[in-house]
Amino acid sequence: MSVQAPPATAWRVFTEKMSSWWPLGHYKIGKGKAVEAIIEPHVGGRWYERGEDGSTCDWGRVLVWEPDVRLVLTWDINADWQYDPKLNTEIEVRFIADGKERTRVELEHRHLDRFGARREQMRRVFDQEGDWGKLLGMFARVAEQDPSS
Amino acid sequence: MAYAERALDALGDPTRRQIFKRLRGGARSVGQLAHGMDVSRPAVSQHLRVLKDARLVTDRAEGTRRLYAVDTRGVEALRNWLDGFWDEALSAFKSAAEQEAANERKST
Repeated sequence: MSVQAPPATAWRVFTEKMSSWWPLGHYKIGKGKAVEAIIEPHVGGRWYERGEDGSTCDWGRVLVWEPDVRLVLTWDINADWQYDPKLNTEIEVRFIADGKERTRVELEHRHLDRFGARREQMRRVFDQEGDWGKLLGMFARVAEQDPSS
Repeated sequence: MAYAERALDALGDPTRRQIFKRLRGGARSVGQLAHGMDVSRPAVSQHLRVLKDARLVTDRAEGTRRLYAVDTRGVEALRNWLDGFWDEALSAFKSAAEQEAANERKST
């Protein structure tokens, strides 16, 4: 994807201002309304949502933090809606300068097979309500279907 | 999208997931599918109809039997739907980043 913005701006919007674009209406895990998606800006930092009642739900954590260049996050929500630090599917986002005013943004969601390894557990996700459950269930399904992963 | 949603709904039922999973091992008849499951053959047929409507399952006649198999179209629709999630999130990101860049240009 090509974005009409310098890498530093693209990076800042992706990380500091995730709440401004992440589809929180559909893709969140807390019971209440989610108002913020937050990435703590350092390796080992939390990636989480904050609900309007102030409660937080972890999504994953930061594995690689190279400002303006590369971000790797883990995605660690298991079938029981719990943060599971062992799950570790990964989302890598690369910001590649294309002149001064443009950035190519590449996103890869990988190691989905780690859901596959826990698919007995993940299968229960289908019994949960909502888009998020469907999405996680899909990850499990795709992981099962994809022999290359 | 419509088929992906139908496929997700179809797979929301544990018995249908079990049937779908068994078909991934190869084509089977209703009788073979019902064998070893806690549901009757008519119930299996009913579930197969839902899976077929969601394009997750196809059927064909072989001699006097009807064989059911995984339909790759529904699976493909699900894959596309997953890709669609990231497309949705990233296109929202693109708009936000471009708006931010435009604001920065204005303020300098």
